Amino acid sequence: MSDVTELGVAAIRDGVAKGEFTAVEVAQGFNANVAAAQIALNAFIVATPEAALGAAQKVDEARAAGQPLGKMAGVPIGMKDLFATKGVQTTAASHILEGFTPQYESSVSQKLWDAGAGMLGKLNLDQFAMGSSNETSYFGNVISPWKRKDGGNAAMAPGGSSGGSSAAVAARLCPAATGTDTGGSIRQPAAFTGISGIKPTYGRCSRWGIVAFASSLDQAGPMARDVRDCAIMLEVMSGFDPKDSTSLDLPVPAWEAALSGDMRGKKVGIPREYRVDGLDGDVAKSWDQGIAWLKDAGAEIVDISLPHTKYALPAYYIIAPAEASSNLARYDGVRYGLRDLPDGAGLQDMYAATRSAGFGAEVKRRILIGTYVLSAGYYDAYYTQAQKVRTLIARDFDEAFRLCDVILAPTTPTASFGLGEMVSDPLAMYLNDVFAVPASLAGLPAMSVPAGLNREGLPLGLQIIGKAFDEQGVLNAGLAIESRAGFTAKPERWW
Amino acid sequence: MSTYRIQGATGEWEVVIGLEVHAQITSNAKLFSGASTTFGAEPNSQVSLVDAAMPGMLPVLNGECIRQAVRTGLAIDASINKWSRFDRKNYFYADLPQGYQISQLYHPLVGEGHIDISLDDKNPEADVKRIGVERIHVEQDAGKLMHDQHPTMSYVDLNRSGVALMEIVSKPDMRSPAEAGAYVRKLRSILRYVGSCDGNMEEGSMRADVNVSVRKVGDELGTRTETKNVNSVRFVMATIEYEANRQVDVLESGGTIAQETRLFDPDTGTTRSMRSKEDAHDYRYFPDPDLLPLVLDDAFVEAARASLPELPDAKRHRYENALGLSPYAAGVLTAEVETARWFETLLTSTAKAAGKGESDVAKQASNWLISEFFGALNRVGKSLDNSPISADAAAELLALITDGTISGSIAKQVLEKMLETGDRAGTIVTREGLKQTSDTDAIDAVIAKILTDNADKVEQYKGGKEALFGFFVGQTMKAMQGKANPGVVNELLKKALG
Amino acid sequence: MSVDTATVAKIAALARIKLTEAEVAGMVPELNGILAWVEQLGEVDVTGVEPMTAVIANTLRLREDVVNADPLTGGGMRDAVLANAPAAEHGFFGVPKVIE
Ligand SMILES: [Mg+2]
Ligand SMILES: [Zn+2]
Repeated sequence: MSDVTELGVAAIRDGVAKGEFTAVEVAQGFNANVAAAQIALNAFIVATPEAALGAAQKVDEARAAGQPLGKMAGVPIGMKDLFATKGVQTTAASHILEGFTPQYESSVSQKLWDAGAGMLGKLNLDQFAMGSSNETSYFGNVISPWKRKDGGNAAMAPGGSSGGSSAAVAARLCPAATGTDTGGSIRQPAAFTGISGIKPTYGRCSRWGIVAFASSLDQAGPMARDVRDCAIMLEVMSGFDPKDSTSLDLPVPAWEAALSGDMRGKKVGIPREYRVDGLDGDVAKSWDQGIAWLKDAGAEIVDISLPHTKYALPAYYIIAPAEASSNLARYDGVRYGLRDLPDGAGLQDMYAATRSAGFGAEVKRRILIGTYVLSAGYYDAYYTQAQKVRTLIARDFDEAFRLCDVILAPTTPTASFGLGEMVSDPLAMYLNDVFAVPASLAGLPAMSVPAGLNREGLPLGLQIIGKAFDEQGVLNAGLAIESRAGFTAKPERWW
Repeated sequence: MSTYRIQGATGEWEVVIGLEVHAQITSNAKLFSGASTTFGAEPNSQVSLVDAAMPGMLPVLNGECIRQAVRTGLAIDASINKWSRFDRKNYFYADLPQGYQISQLYHPLVGEGHIDISLDDKNPEADVKRIGVERIHVEQDAGKLMHDQHPTMSYVDLNRSGVALMEIVSKPDMRSPAEAGAYVRKLRSILRYVGSCDGNMEEGSMRADVNVSVRKVGDELGTRTETKNVNSVRFVMATIEYEANRQVDVLESGGTIAQETRLFDPDTGTTRSMRSKEDAHDYRYFPDPDLLPLVLDDAFVEAARASLPELPDAKRHRYENALGLSPYAAGVLTAEVETARWFETLLTSTAKAAGKGESDVAKQASNWLISEFFGALNRVGKSLDNSPISADAAAELLALITDGTISGSIAKQVLEKMLETGDRAGTIVTREGLKQTSDTDAIDAVIAKILTDNADKVEQYKGGKEALFGFFVGQTMKAMQGKANPGVVNELLKKALG
Repeated sequence: MSVDTATVAKIAALARIKLTEAEVAGMVPELNGILAWVEQLGEVDVTGVEPMTAVIANTLRLREDVVNADPLTGGGMRDAVLANAPAAEHGFFGVPKVIE
């Protein structure tokens, strides 16, 4: 038997179903990879090998008993540590939630377990999903398995906030992982590590049980090695949840079954505003390559305009911190998590001490911005204005989608960077998400697929943005690119 | 309306009062979670993961709470905003697990309406004042802190956390403690009629934030203070009384009123500044991103309207106009929904038992209820809610009077016996032989003896002292142990006295 | 608009995040950098534009008024609710004594 850890979701699912290998063998293989990489990559906050084995055993037993198998039967996955997992520490990579053991399971993770997936562990991330390089985790940086081919040995950023997820999938520690995307946190790390990831339409995946960052933007989604695996996993993760008021009450389409890379009759929009001054040459080149591939797949290319693109990032950096400042108010040392009670402290002193000790610098920075923009006298100038601009950004997309079916753009303005290279400049770091944020603000499905390597040997991603509810169109365009890109590069194992 | 004035050293001061009443919406489950709202449960036993603000928990709106708030709005003639939404009010406190209260600031569910109050119990139709209601919004209640169970800790119970409240905000239209008291009583009455709040002030189902300012008559509005969570009508009035006088004292001695939150102390009848809440004034309201706009269609509003019962003012008018009751009686009978309900059952049963129309027996039933039954219940320490006598049983008693089986005075005895034993009126009358007699021979015999025994009085009567007639009636009734038919006695006495 | 140390100290207090004077001082230029950057939104003509109220046009669903219909959002789970509490006593959450 070849190495099962080289297989993706579909291959494992099918192999287990056919009896080519057992689910337990798969779990054991990935458990071993997780353990071997932990010190070098720090992708997991907690590994749960027994959980993976337990789920695998159940699948093997079910198969032996001739019972029907779930859509992800036998597939072990990594769970971003933003999803509450019953009985397993859930931290959002923060000190304030260190040791927190949920008494409940998030809706999305529950669906995955119900479909026969198993949990390899809880994946590291940027603290409270705030970051683009996975350098804000209380549990240390995640190290990308990729290296520059310059001969240097700089530790590279796996992207963020789903940096544990991207690193783990790229390094074959798991065939797939959950991610969450608030302003690019699935797509940007997927692009940085040469994997695929899709953020579905806002409301497709229940937010119930996912530690909230910015409620109007947060969406869960899969990160995996290819488009088909994303489709399979998204089908499992999606679906109406009456416990989430923003959950879409729509049936989940059979995305995997309808996958097709044939783009004939489809129009692909190229937003001129994304061709920003000083766009990285390799990124521009890969974008042009993507256009050529989609043309080759039969698509018609159309020029479109998204005039308010430039304002998306500033609007995001008002709305997301504002919502976060309120969402994170519950971490107060009363009901769970860290409590810092200095001698003689009263209740309010306890709050301030607990939150000061429990939140990292980036989290504090965003809470302060959010608090400021909502505070008396500033609310309209900042928050209301940002929400109006958001309306205009969504309108831009509506207009554009009169002319095209999907939009093609780079996922990120650059490839991965070295850890520590950006941390001193929050604004420069925020710019990582400049291409990802507009779709988030409009709640649209968007995915990143690997397009190739830059001159440093680092992966670049292409982003496809679709109409609301049209994940199929996004996945299909992704497949068209994937099958032409022939991206087989993987990080050389150094860990 | 009365003109209530504070007599200060520098002249007369007028008091301006607005009330924000928090009324717990009657519902089985909480506003945004499925936990129960039952009062008095074990601490933290009615708390969901949502109410405890566990990471990743989300609110889902209870439709019944919205329906009840809409019904309440319609009951006070308010506009219903078919597009409303929920906002977060952010502040840190141990009774507020999320770190924010979900409330409605920018787009409340219910807009402007009004409540008519009267200060004249004798004639509620007279001296009516209309108090404006600014808005009703729906929001979550907070948990409860207990401070006296541990030397260095306060204890937090989240059972109330997330219970649905309506905040009913009046305009600053009240000018005296009496008006404020009448407003709260009337509002409570309407809520109980509608069934949207049980009005139980002891259990905290209704409490008022009392906004008070004073000004010289004709001046601009003064700075107000807000006294929080006052939980009885009496305390609302006491708060205003105290606050108004305190503010006049401060102003007349050259001070200024701080716009602040205060607390009423029922033991001393005074208010004091609540410093613990003072730094929390920047609430950073913004639309709750976990919730979408609440959009109601016409059908929802019309169904809510159709489900409204007859409300106290309409009922009072009907009692006066269709049943011929006095404004006073109509007012007394309609002030509380239980009283009206009880009265209406009594009325229907009495009319049926007596074979008459409801309007024919309404006065009798109303008089008996107000002047006999309330007193009797009071003597045994009961009220209509827990009355040992059902309206049906009372109707049987009234029917016995109407059909001449017993006299009014015997009925009083029967009522006492009913309260004592719980037996039906008919049973008691038969058992104790209380049936009144119209047997003219027996009555004539008694009369003859009384006239003989009181020959002097008979002389005086015949000499023109006609007032003595009542004396003879009384003596006869007494001798007959109250069981003689008063009409027959009258007739026979007149004959006997010539 | 830009912030000074007093404003940063004030919003930190409002957000219940204890900062040292040095941290406040360090935060001033950072926040000002971000605020100056987001203020470019002021250039956008938003005349007649409504602020976004729902990302995907949708309105609230109303839940039935049923107690514990879904155990995940119902009550009657005191142990689960208290399981992670730093100080739980006699079925309550404990906090430093509050003087009201
Ligand atoms: Mg108030
Ligand atoms: Zn309120």
